[in-house]
Amino acid sequence: MEIDFKRDEEMEKLVQDLKSVKRSEFEFHDANKPVYSTGKGLTRETVEEISEIKKEPDWMRRLRLKALEIFMSKPVPTWGPDLSGIDWENTSYYNRPGESKTNNWEEVPDEIKETFQKLGVPEMEQKFLAGSVAQYDSEGVYHNLKKVWEDKGVVFMDLDSAVQKYPDLVKDYYCRAVPVTDNKFAALNGAVWSGGSFLYVPKGVQIDMPLQTYFRMNGEATGQFEHTIVVADEGSKVHYIEGCTAPRYDKNSLHSAIVEIYVKRNAKARYTSVQNWSKSVYNMPTKRAWVDENAQMEWVGGSLGSKITMLYPSSYLRGPYASASNLNIALAGAGTFKDTGAKALHLAPHTTSRIVAKSISIEDGKAIYRGLLRMNKGAVHSKSKVQCDALLINDESSSFTYPHDEIYEPTATFSHEASVGRIGTEELTYLRSRGLSEDEASSMIVLGFLDDVMKEIPMEFAVEMNRLIKLEMGKLGAVG
Amino acid sequence: MKGTVKMSELVIKNLAASIDDREILKDVSLTVKGGEIHALMGPNGAGKSTLGYVLMGHPNYKVTGGSIKLNGVELINKTPEERARAGLFLAFQNPVTVQGVKLSTFIRTAYNQMHPGEKIPIQQFYDSMKQHMKKVGLDESFISRSINDGFSGGERKRFEILQMVMLKPKIVVLDEIDSGLDVDALKMVAEEIREFHNEETGFLIITHYQRILKDIEPEFVHVLMDGKMARDGNRDLSLRIEEEGYDWIRGV
Ligand SMILES: Nc1ncnc2c1ncn2[C@@H]1O[C@H](COP(=O)(O)OP(=O)(O)OP(=O)(O)O)[C@@H](O)[C@H]1O
Ligand SMILES: [Mg+2]
Repeated sequence: MEIDFKRDEEMEKLVQDLKSVKRSEFEFHDANKPVYSTGKGLTRETVEEISEIKKEPDWMRRLRLKALEIFMSKPVPTWGPDLSGIDWENTSYYNRPGESKTNNWEEVPDEIKETFQKLGVPEMEQKFLAGSVAQYDSEGVYHNLKKVWEDKGVVFMDLDSAVQKYPDLVKDYYCRAVPVTDNKFAALNGAVWSGGSFLYVPKGVQIDMPLQTYFRMNGEATGQFEHTIVVADEGSKVHYIEGCTAPRYDKNSLHSAIVEIYVKRNAKARYTSVQNWSKSVYNMPTKRAWVDENAQMEWVGGSLGSKITMLYPSSYLRGPYASASNLNIALAGAGTFKDTGAKALHLAPHTTSRIVAKSISIEDGKAIYRGLLRMNKGAVHSKSKVQCDALLINDESSSFTYPHDEIYEPTATFSHEASVGRIGTEELTYLRSRGLSEDEASSMIVLGFLDDVMKEIPMEFAVEMNRLIKLEMGKLGAVG
Repeated sequence: MKGTVKMSELVIKNLAASIDDREILKDVSLTVKGGEIHALMGPNGAGKSTLGYVLMGHPNYKVTGGSIKLNGVELINKTPEERARAGLFLAFQNPVTVQGVKLSTFIRTAYNQMHPGEKIPIQQFYDSMKQHMKKVGLDESFISRSINDGFSGGERKRFEILQMVMLKPKIVVLDEIDSGLDVDALKMVAEEIREFHNEETGFLIITHYQRILKDIEPEFVHVLMDGKMARDGNRDLSLRIEEEGYDWIRGV
């Protein structure tokens, strides 16, 4: 039995590293006032106004108005967490932080620049990104793509800019995988969307470094409704990363994004997101991927913070031999309700999916796994594996699993595994009696719990995730 | 503090403690100095394990009176981790499982906490750990297992001793380290304790049996009954208890 020294040392470092990090590093809020806001509430006029400000083509304006009608006609879903705390009337649906967009970091307004600097965004770009977009409240404020990739025909910018510059390309993909009729929140996004990224990777282009978008939601009682489209054309390869943070406010804010990913024949796409919302945010994104023949889709997600999160990234396996993997880590701290999971729809023969969902509940935090697995008739020899592990820290926290299977193909095979572990006063006291602080003890337990997935996720994600978990743990206060 | 041998001293005075408003410890006084070996005996439910927990600062217990001083510093308002870092160690009567935390990372992190500034290279640390695992009879493969996860009763005890020798505490409380161990294991464990015992370290060995006291001879023997220190004595006291039980102390 050999010891993996490197991993052990890494682990040790991770546990030690972040003792000094405070949550306030993320929860600061800037004095920065939007230069333009549509004000509170949502009407036809609000939507017209947004479209007008953006000088959008008529087709987009009409799509927005249609989406608004659908939004108005759909009831607030009641099958999940209690959403009655969303204050639809007092939310402002569009906030413009500054006058212009730029691809020169120096031109970003000072306060906004400072915010992103505090969050470490420019360093990230220099160190390991092929390109990045930064969004502040409703609008992208900065985007940059390294020249090599631009020369190869890669397009990476905020969706608003893409609508202006590449309207035909955008039209081909906009709301295809996620139609606005899908659910109330998708419809809302269709009506008031602003910002988000548009990433197009041409045939055969393989980008080795990730591209990242950083979303910062600053205003109180605001909504953020970005719409992101990633297209990996045939035989291409891309890794897109998203990071989101918001400061802490008393009034609730709403985040309702759409993410559409198109993975064409033989292409490979990975979408990584680290969401760290403050405890006043309702986080309701709709994320979906269309995966074509022999293409691979990988979802890696870390969901921290927020008041309520409902998130079920879906993979539509549309061509033979398409595959999807979904690794999700949800941390439900005090006062948080995480209703998360994944959906895999096997629509073609020989498709495979793998879902690993890990949840950690702390104090009265609640984590639910809600999944859908569908094997259509004709999806012969398709396979799926679902694993849900829950860790409960303290005795009040809870976790539930609601898998839902629709199997119409007799040759398809699938398996479900679930485990629940609980850490209480006795376990923490045991570790503490050996000199580990409460924080360290909890971090060790959490890192241990995540160990098997940490090996599979990108290093920069693991580091970031660990940092955030550490922050969350730091707030644990007196356990037991 | 390198070079100078610093003798430790744990002084417990008139300690009283309760759990869920039920008073378990009523009046306990005891002094353990570096180099000394004390045995603590007493019938089931007397409060021996409770004393161990209270010394360690278990959050479920409430101290209602008295004091616990380690080298002159009051411990009562200190957290368990502060007590551990001050040199206190408790081998639990029933060590719990902590899933997901590997033995190797755990012991090393704990060591770094208890001995900050002492940077032992990871390879050297593990080599020493492997040697001690052999001595307490734990297979090397345990190194990458989770804490007490699926360990047998005896394996848990061996692991407590492994932690003790690796972490090098100054005052050691062993709560029934001898129960659940087979004859050979008991020998190995006693040998490790003897080897570890030095003039710096003081021991409080909680036990019901003579067996372990034959191998590790205590100079002092105490009897706890109904939350109070009922008798202090030497080896003879433990021998008499083995013969006659506790009734004669109760005065029945
Ligand atoms: N959580 C609790 N609630 C109520 N009573 C408790 C609790 N924990 C311990 N006790 C009681 O405290 C008393 C002392 O228990 P303790 O475990 O300290 O005894 P002990 O001397 O170690 O006994 P043994 O020799 O059997 O190990 C017992 O009567 C026990 O039932
Ligand atoms: Mg006991």
